[in-house]
Amino acid sequence: MSKRVLIADDEPNIVISLEFLLQQEGYQVEVAHDGQEALDAIERQPPDLVLLDIMLPRLSGFDVCQRIRANPDWSKVRVVMLTAKGREVEVSKGLALGADDYITKPFATKELLARVRDQLAG
Amino acid sequence: MLFGGVILLASFAYLGILFAIAYWGDKRADAGRSIIANPYIYALSMAVYATSWTFYGSVGRAAASGVGFLPIYLGPTLMAALFWLVLRKMIRISKANRITSIADFIAARYGKSGLLGGLVTLIAVIGVIPYIALQLKAVSTSFLILLQYPEVAMPAKGQRVGLLQDTALYVALLLAAFTLLFGTRHLDATERHEGMVAAIAFESLVKLVAFLAVGVFVTFGLYHGFADLFEHAMRLPDVDRLLTLGNAAGTYGSWAWLIALSMLSILFLPRQFQVSVVENVNESHLAKAVWLFPLYLLAINIFVLPITFAGLMQFPPGTLDADTFVLTLPMAHRQEALTLLVFIGGLSAATGMVIVETIALSTMICNDLVMPLLLRWKVLALGSRSDLSGLLLGIRRGAILLLMLLGYVYYRAAGEAYALVSIGLVSFAAVAQFAPAMLGGMYWKQGTRNGALCGLSLGFLLWAYTLLLPSFAKSGWLPLAFIEEGPFGIAWLKPLALFGLEEMDDISHALFWSLLGNVGTYVGVSLFDRQGIREHAQAVLFVDAFKISGRGASPWRGSASLEEVMTLIGRFLGPVRTEDAFAQYAAGCGLRSWQALEPDAELVHFAETLLAGAIGASSARVMLASVVKEEPLGMDEVLNILDEASQLLAYSRQLEQKSAELEAATAELRAANERLQELDRMKDDFISTVTHELRTPLTSIRAFSEILNDNPELDARQRARFVAIIVKESERLTRMINQVLDLAKLESGRAEWHASELDLRTVIEDAVATTSQLLEERGASLTLQLPDEVPRVRADRDRLLQVLLNLISNAAKFCDRDAGRIVIALRVLPDALQVDVSDNGCGIDPADQETIFEKFRQVGDTLTEKPQGTGLGLPISRQIIRHFGGKLWVNSARGQGATFSFSLPLAGVAEEDV
Repeated sequence: MSKRVLIADDEPNIVISLEFLLQQEGYQVEVAHDGQEALDAIERQPPDLVLLDIMLPRLSGFDVCQRIRANPDWSKVRVVMLTAKGREVEVSKGLALGADDYITKPFATKELLARVRDQLAG
Repeated sequence: MLFGGVILLASFAYLGILFAIAYWGDKRADAGRSIIANPYIYALSMAVYATSWTFYGSVGRAAASGVGFLPIYLGPTLMAALFWLVLRKMIRISKANRITSIADFIAARYGKSGLLGGLVTLIAVIGVIPYIALQLKAVSTSFLILLQYPEVAMPAKGQRVGLLQDTALYVALLLAAFTLLFGTRHLDATERHEGMVAAIAFESLVKLVAFLAVGVFVTFGLYHGFADLFEHAMRLPDVDRLLTLGNAAGTYGSWAWLIALSMLSILFLPRQFQVSVVENVNESHLAKAVWLFPLYLLAINIFVLPITFAGLMQFPPGTLDADTFVLTLPMAHRQEALTLLVFIGGLSAATGMVIVETIALSTMICNDLVMPLLLRWKVLALGSRSDLSGLLLGIRRGAILLLMLLGYVYYRAAGEAYALVSIGLVSFAAVAQFAPAMLGGMYWKQGTRNGALCGLSLGFLLWAYTLLLPSFAKSGWLPLAFIEEGPFGIAWLKPLALFGLEEMDDISHALFWSLLGNVGTYVGVSLFDRQGIREHAQAVLFVDAFKISGRGASPWRGSASLEEVMTLIGRFLGPVRTEDAFAQYAAGCGLRSWQALEPDAELVHFAETLLAGAIGASSARVMLASVVKEEPLGMDEVLNILDEASQLLAYSRQLEQKSAELEAATAELRAANERLQELDRMKDDFISTVTHELRTPLTSIRAFSEILNDNPELDARQRARFVAIIVKESERLTRMINQVLDLAKLESGRAEWHASELDLRTVIEDAVATTSQLLEERGASLTLQLPDEVPRVRADRDRLLQVLLNLISNAAKFCDRDAGRIVIALRVLPDALQVDVSDNGCGIDPADQETIFEKFRQVGDTLTEKPQGTGLGLPISRQIIRHFGGKLWVNSARGQGATFSFSLPLAGVAEEDV
């Protein structure tokens, strides 16, 4: 059974690239274009990992992360934050809210895939 | 039996005791354990006021005028009530200025005037010598009476004894020697004589005990108490006259004058000034002296009337002088011990007065008469003599001897002429002349040196004319016609009835005229006179003595060398004493040794005060001026100083103003700083936003580049799709960078503008043409509503085009997907042109209608597709329209499309042109 990854990002071209990369690795990929959509998707079927952008319409990535961690049923869901905001403060905040890793945009595709692999292996 | 030898032995023994006390007192003072530092000794030393004139003379005066002896003691008693006000101020002033005599006091007050000091000294000497003569007479007479014991009789009169047989001469010499011994043992910087004061206090005690002993003996030994004595006395023929005021005792007016006179004497007699001011150890002793001293006066007067009446009753009228009753009453009753005690008491009273008076006068003569003359006498070259302290002592000793001899001479010449009491009052009247200059000097700043000089001179002349000359005439040295008919027969110049003023007794008359002349001249001349600078400084120092806490140095500028000053002081005080004094002063300044002292104005002032203690204020000033190159302080310089002061004041005002301005500036700065911090935070946010926006297309570009790189096996279709994305995102990145720069230029006002007269219609048409392909892609229809004619406006064509393109492409983006319709309308308003760009899209929430004009704030119409664009188009457009003085706004409702409008004012556009 291949691992399921949820991509939550509102930038269509980035979504396309991520979708391509992850599918190529053999993951089952689902896409959400805003925070609420992401939560709904998780609700339907919790993925193994969420690639979560912070600057999401309707519900920010921080909020989504917080809700995931607030629900004990989703404790196994890995959360990797993905954002163009690379400031220290954001990193600390994300990790403090329970994110498992943090990747800044623009990212190196190989590194991104390695991180995702690590999270899903651990 | 009382032999002459016994009397002499007793006298010498007594003087020996006095000397021992004085010696002990000095020793203790040197050791720093003063025995006179208590108010009781102080009050007793003040009782030097009671001389042999009191001891013997009160009874004599009582026998002649009854209660008329009282004013002499009532005056001081009244003045004692004012001690705290007047005497304390005199003490304070004298301590601060090291004043050593009344002459020094007056001289110092009026600008350290040597002339004034000399005049005061002269008056004091002339006025007081008869008083000294009186003491000599009292001692020698009492001695002679005592020699005749057991016979009670007056010494033979009229026969001139030879000079060498004259007891008084020996008394004078003995007293002079005694005074020399402990009055001028050494030269004290402060001229205080602790040993002498102790001896004087002891003498006051002795004379009081002796007088009380006689009183008790008479009242309770000869009679059975006061009642019995007075009962007997009532049988005396004249007793009514003696016990009532207004007849024998003189008029009420005389009483008042006598009280006033003795009030002044208690302050201004040289010996009183010496004991109560110069010798005062502690100001606070005055508090007790204020009642102790009057108490003493009361005690020594209690038995005056009983002794008088007893004498009058015991001795046949005319056989004995009433002055001798105190002595002759115990003699007549063979009370040998008591008699001897009385004699010693009388001796006490006389010696006490003579010692203090001559010491005080010798200080004045030395400091205010001899030294100034010597210093001026260049032949002596005093300034170059190495040690003058010996010379100073010599002058003082000579002065004491001279005074005693003058007193003796006066006694020889006039001793029999006048009753004791009258001589005393003549002296009182002389020193009363000091009152205006002294009191005026202490309480009236305007009193001037010339005023004091004139007042004193006139007062003294009138005193001499109305009291001294008549006493000479009565002594037979002047024709009696001088008194009875006036000089050269001019009646209104009669010395005892000047200007026809009769019906006053001699003393009141003299006092009235002399004080009137004195006060009148002092005040009058002072009012029309101007004080010198130094004089004014001194006046302030004296009058404000209680307000000035520290030493008040007068304005002084000059230069001096420490060595020269030290050498000078050393000449008068001796080098060791001088170094001690300077070392103390240095310690007071917090310096380790006197060598470290700076010869500044303070030091010179200190040195002058130090020297003033030895040679008087005016001489000290002259001496110091010789080593201190003092620059005279002219009116100009004083004005300069004042000018500097007012400049300083102005500066300080300016400073205040500046500091207020500074505070305001600080507040402004703080506000500006806060604003800057706000701007900084906004800039931070902006940069953070910009980087975020730039990272987004960059992320796609990098991701697809890597994908293409890593996957050469990708099919052509997918490859073309990914490359297209890279190109699009690159364009977006470029556009974004351009717009960010553009906006930055617009906001900072550094944008370039190329203004020209233009027809807005052509700009709209151009914009439509440019966007036609975009519209076609979107499938949107466009309607233009342009008037036939519009006024031309002056604006930058490219910029307007930029705004229009932005609005049209926005409209194309957001208009209805399927049946997109865009309307562009140009309208001519009275003062502006207005362009509306409307679409039939989903519209904008009222809440978002302002947000869309903020940077990077896009409001997506869809959740699935992020709107294309940078989020900078509207902010830039608004900046441009604002630059032309117009407005850009939006009208919209959800679901009913949106209309973006901007206006361009017709007037003012040209002015906006850069």
